[in-house]
Amino acid sequence: MDLLLEGFSQALTPTNLLFAVIGVLLGTAVGVLPGIGPAMTVALLLPVTYNVEPASALIMFAGIYYGGMYGGSTTSILLNTPGESSSVITALEGNKMAKAGRASQALATAAIGSFIAGTIGTVLLVALAPQIGPLVVQLGAPSYFAILLLALLAVTVVLGSSKLRGFASLFLGLTVGLVGTSTGQPRLTFGQGQLADGIEVVVVAVAIFALGEALWVAAHLRRKPLEIIPVGQPWMSKKDWRRSWGPWLRGTAYGFPFGALPAGGAEVPTFLSYVTERKLSKHPEEFGHGAIEGVAGPEAANNASAAGTLLPMLALGLPTTATAAVILVAFESYGLQPGPQFMSANPTLVWALLASLFIANTLLLVINLPMAPLWAKLLQIPRPYLYAGILFFASLGAYAANFSAFDLAVLLVFGLLGFAMRRFGIPVLPLIIGVILGPRLESQLAEALAISQGDLGTLWSEPVAIVCYLIIALLVAWTIINVVRPASRREQDATPTSETREGANL
Amino acid sequence: MPLHPSPHRRRTALATLVVVLLAALSACAGVTAGSDDPSNRRLRMMIPNSPGGGYDLTGRSAAKVMEDDELTGRFEITNIEGASGTLAMQRLLNEEGSDDLVMTMGLGVVGAVYTNKSDATVDRATAIARLVEEQEGILVPADSPFETVQDLVDAWTEDPDSVVVGGGSSPGGPDHLFPMQLADTLGIDPVDVTYVAYDGGGPLTTALLGSKIDVGMSGLGEFEGQIEDGSLRVLAVSGEERLPTVDAPTLTEEGVDLVFTNWRGVLAPPGIDEETRQYLIDLFTEMHGTPEWEEALERNGWSDNFATGDEFEEFLVEQDTRVADTLKELGLA
Repeated sequence: MDLLLEGFSQALTPTNLLFAVIGVLLGTAVGVLPGIGPAMTVALLLPVTYNVEPASALIMFAGIYYGGMYGGSTTSILLNTPGESSSVITALEGNKMAKAGRASQALATAAIGSFIAGTIGTVLLVALAPQIGPLVVQLGAPSYFAILLLALLAVTVVLGSSKLRGFASLFLGLTVGLVGTSTGQPRLTFGQGQLADGIEVVVVAVAIFALGEALWVAAHLRRKPLEIIPVGQPWMSKKDWRRSWGPWLRGTAYGFPFGALPAGGAEVPTFLSYVTERKLSKHPEEFGHGAIEGVAGPEAANNASAAGTLLPMLALGLPTTATAAVILVAFESYGLQPGPQFMSANPTLVWALLASLFIANTLLLVINLPMAPLWAKLLQIPRPYLYAGILFFASLGAYAANFSAFDLAVLLVFGLLGFAMRRFGIPVLPLIIGVILGPRLESQLAEALAISQGDLGTLWSEPVAIVCYLIIALLVAWTIINVVRPASRREQDATPTSETREGANL
Repeated sequence: MPLHPSPHRRRTALATLVVVLLAALSACAGVTAGSDDPSNRRLRMMIPNSPGGGYDLTGRSAAKVMEDDELTGRFEITNIEGASGTLAMQRLLNEEGSDDLVMTMGLGVVGAVYTNKSDATVDRATAIARLVEEQEGILVPADSPFETVQDLVDAWTEDPDSVVVGGGSSPGGPDHLFPMQLADTLGIDPVDVTYVAYDGGGPLTTALLGSKIDVGMSGLGEFEGQIEDGSLRVLAVSGEERLPTVDAPTLTEEGVDLVFTNWRGVLAPPGIDEETRQYLIDLFTEMHGTPEWEEALERNGWSDNFATGDEFEEFLVEQDTRVADTLKELGLA
């Protein structure tokens, strides 16, 4: 405790506080722009910080990291343009809320949820790092494969009202995920070198969500009267609070462990959180039309996973995300080597870093909460200008990731696909899930089988894997029982209304 | 909150954001127009992997030294990611004759060009300078049955299937080429080697710490912490001489006749005039002589292995042939 207070006293010097503010603002800004992530920002700032105190630099990087995780949600909610793959899910309900005049509430629940998740995550990090650290490496490829399979099965419940269309979309996504290089051989790249590393998830998500939507609106602008987006209340009501706190906590519970696992990532917990909230909600009919739980949970999950990521880094010197890897390089350039003895050997610096995580979180809340109603006003911009802005941001993001015109072409192709999917009422979420989970399932399976040299038995050689397969078996059995029983509760699921597009957007 | 935007600026919130972003971007990417001495040439540098990667650190460190010591004007640095460097290589060759462009690259790019079936081979570019080299190390978990290189060699030659090798690069990269050439030296058919490719040092460390694989082959920079605290052991290093920082023998000391190093250097586009070539060679030679570069080498744990012009070109051609042979044997090129 004394150490933590000392950490605060170090992190709270005016200089360090300034670095924290810069970090948080910069992080939020890059989180907003698709294609530029916190990892790239930290890497680019690295040479600049060689002349700065290590503590100040690390504090700024912590701000960028948390800010980036948060910033992705703002454009997801307002513009249906996810800035990071971990905020794809946020766009689903968040943008619906924004269109219903509840953008402020969506942004607020995201900000507060991120704050709570980040804070709890940091506390868990402090408490667990030394004990849990050595355990996380025990999980191997078979376990991850089973976990991902479970996640894939769980998300099929969001396939939408037509299972056939849902599966079509999912398989389309899995196919897009096949593009790239497998065991040194190009696959489905059509001779294009630019496709050798696969198609960037963010480009697909931005194209399908933002570009598809813009094309759809443009195609209907003249025929349909303008829907005026109502100006809602600026703050969260008591009811919003009541409906948010559960998802915040559950999202944190999903996010932290996934972040702490070396191959866990931030996307899977957001899916799981979304699915859970949908199942638990007292207002399942609101899902797909702007349910606050669907924003609160996933946003908490992605911030908690950011905190979780720091656990293997501090405890084992093991970077598990691109951002953590770059922060580790920063540590090393100061002659610091995180690892088992790091926390006891450099208590001052570690506690200053942890204190700065708390500060970064608080700053994010202080800066973003009052901004929420202002951001929400963005939606008052006349439609043509608003969508022009969205297209500008989407293209800039796609181009900036690699400075390659080819990515713009990819953006356009998937934008047209998104438009077509809306036209034919095919839900887009399963496609994105397929693009994210497909390649990860494949690489874990490939790794497991490469190590076992083709022996399939390896897939159930780890306890975690066995548990996952049992859960999968139970889920499948439960589904079959439900199908055999006369379909009773099916009509509860949103039947397509005259606004088919709303359902299709799922 | 000193930087807290005040409410009356709300209408310009988006504009402000864009400005902040662009300012941040241009500042980071080094495209800021400075009031440079006009006699200083402005150069562009391409980096064939992501920010924070090996080529990136090498390239940016070199550029920073040159800028700080005012050997040149500002560098404009772009990261061209894709196909392990093949795309960047292709772009370099496309800019035939450009007198203001260099590209930082290394052994990984040499192999990637072949595995990606591209004809943008490195020997077609103009060789400027080799800057640094990094030895590969043979890593095992603390509780591994292998105590010495000989233990590994015995088990491996007896049954190649019994040893699972992991590395931090995709096929064609240094961590893949090293075990293949090692196997070849030991009389094991490289085709029989079980190689698991990990996405960089982080996942490879995870696999080693969890004893998911038997040995890991990689540059040792990313493993310092684990080596220091004993959770990973180094059986041998691949260079000509021992590393000052790691207590492990070289392969040749252990009776294995193989020297293998991963190197990084700088290329220019093909077809540049002799004057430009000499200017670039002189520039990097001057950079190499500065104390700041010395510092950068030490900070990043790189070994100095400087060569320029013709010497580097010969080396490139030799590496290109050797890599192509190894990959052809594996059916990857």
